[in-house]
Amino acid sequence: MFGAGLLKGLAETARNFVGSYHDPARLPTVEYPERRLELPENARVFPFLVYDGADPERGLRCVACKICEKECPPQCIYIVLERDERGKPQKHPRVFDLDISVCMSCQICVEVCPFDAIRMDTAFEWSTPDRFGGLLLHKTDLAKPNRYYHQIHPTEAAETDARLAAEQAKAEAKAKAQAKPKAAPPQPAATPAAATP
Amino acid sequence: MAQTLDQLLDLVQQRLVALWPAPWQPWVAAFLGAAAIVATFGGLFALTTWLERKGLARIQNRLGPNRVGPYGLLQPIADGLKMLTKEDIVPRAADQWIHFLAPILKVVPVLLAYSVIPFGRHLVALDLEAGLLFFFAVGSATEIAVFMAGWGSRNKYSLLGAMRAIAQLISYEVPLVLSAVSVVLVAGTLSLPAIVDSQAGHGWAGLANWHVFTPWGLAGFVLFMIAATAKTNRSPFDLPEGESEIIAGHMVEYSGFKYALFYLGEYLSLFAISGVGITLFLGGWRAPVAWLDWVPSYLWFGAKLLGCIAVFIWLRGTMPRLRADQLMNFAWKFMLPMSLVTLVAAAMWHATATWTFPGAGLWRWVLGAALLLLPYRALSRSLTQRGRLGPRRYRFAD
Repeated sequence: MFGAGLLKGLAETARNFVGSYHDPARLPTVEYPERRLELPENARVFPFLVYDGADPERGLRCVACKICEKECPPQCIYIVLERDERGKPQKHPRVFDLDISVCMSCQICVEVCPFDAIRMDTAFEWSTPDRFGGLLLHKTDLAKPNRYYHQIHPTEAAETDARLAAEQAKAEAKAKAQAKPKAAPPQPAATPAAATP
Repeated sequence: MAQTLDQLLDLVQQRLVALWPAPWQPWVAAFLGAAAIVATFGGLFALTTWLERKGLARIQNRLGPNRVGPYGLLQPIADGLKMLTKEDIVPRAADQWIHFLAPILKVVPVLLAYSVIPFGRHLVALDLEAGLLFFFAVGSATEIAVFMAGWGSRNKYSLLGAMRAIAQLISYEVPLVLSAVSVVLVAGTLSLPAIVDSQAGHGWAGLANWHVFTPWGLAGFVLFMIAATAKTNRSPFDLPEGESEIIAGHMVEYSGFKYALFYLGEYLSLFAISGVGITLFLGGWRAPVAWLDWVPSYLWFGAKLLGCIAVFIWLRGTMPRLRADQLMNFAWKFMLPMSLVTLVAAAMWHATATWTFPGAGLWRWVLGAALLLLPYRALSRSLTQRGRLGPRRYRFAD
């Protein structure tokens, strides 16, 4: 009969209207600034720098090797190596800038980093009235403690920590094994360890 | 007490008018009536925009505006401020005067049309003998406003929208008036307060004698509401506006306050036409059952009006927009024949009013329903079988 489809449609919208008052499936809106959805563990937005311990400057894992800077497809990373007063490289970045207006969140920097120093952050509220300075993150903005890394990506952080601990234990054992037979000659034990970073 | 409450607005008006010297009194009374109508329905316009946004949002599983004020109730004020502070742009090629006058002509006739609607017992601004005729005559003036807007803007989309609007408004005027005529036929008067009086009293099971509770009245009401939807440019008949194809049609060159006036006019005509529909079919300001008679009459009118608005919002949230040919087919091949059939059924109802033999009421019902349902069935079958209103068949694209 003519008009039956219209009535069916009206019934459907009425179900939606009434259901939106008591059925969460018919009102899936989460009102964002007040309430927010929990991000999935693998969420990623922009990179940040991990540091161990309490001091964001000295605990930084980054050694300013510039691999990430060279691999970054949009070239949004800028690193200057720290040098002491005699001009000797210090294995520490003096400048580490990241332009998030350019970054495309590809995570290549994370994949290439041999020191597990750079990781993806989940913070996404970066809106700013200053589109140049406000979107250029410096070392102080980027450095976040390992504790924070554990909070946002627990599985990945635990895996990284376990691997780092194993590597360190291995290096120590190797150093000990090398140190024992070479104890007699006056050669300093630190030299072979420093040569293999 | 109930009597006083019912006549409260009248009493207030009489008190206020009595403050003035005698020669001024008719003018003051007219001014007060007009001011009350403009204030009430202007406020209702603001409320309806909020109701519509909320209702549509709920239908679409959203929350709707909830940031400005409690439950977003101040949203209309924010919208109004935004509209008022926008730049008023007049295209250089536009016909300045026609472009300027169109939004005014869209609103003023609708406000005039309110003058004949009885909002409550003795609550009518202008008790005209031919009130219904006046209503339709004045309401038709808005069609000129739409065409003025389309023509004066000198824009192809405006003109297309205006052409569509004129075609649609004139086509749906016919079933609108014809379904109203069936009420005139039975009530025997064109005066709207008299039509309300013709629905006085209570019939079977204490139910009111409204026209909508008769077979022809129900059909007439449905036809009237469909035609009213088309007449007020509302979805699913909003193709003169058609944002997705002709970007607001005749309103495309309007901005700021003039654009707001078009919307005001559209909503005001919606309220006015719902008010007339209520008066014609839903017993005007009368209570549905006898034991609710103590509720003031204007509250009944308001409740019915809000109900009608809710139905219009519901329809808007459900129906997709029609195509232009579907619109015309529907008007001339379905609405017009059905309103003529309704007229015949109303005539039958009127002619058999004198039947007194036992079971006469039932027989009248059966006859009336058959008179309506059989043509409806035949019409729907013939229209769908010949593919005139069915899904579109593409001749070359298949």
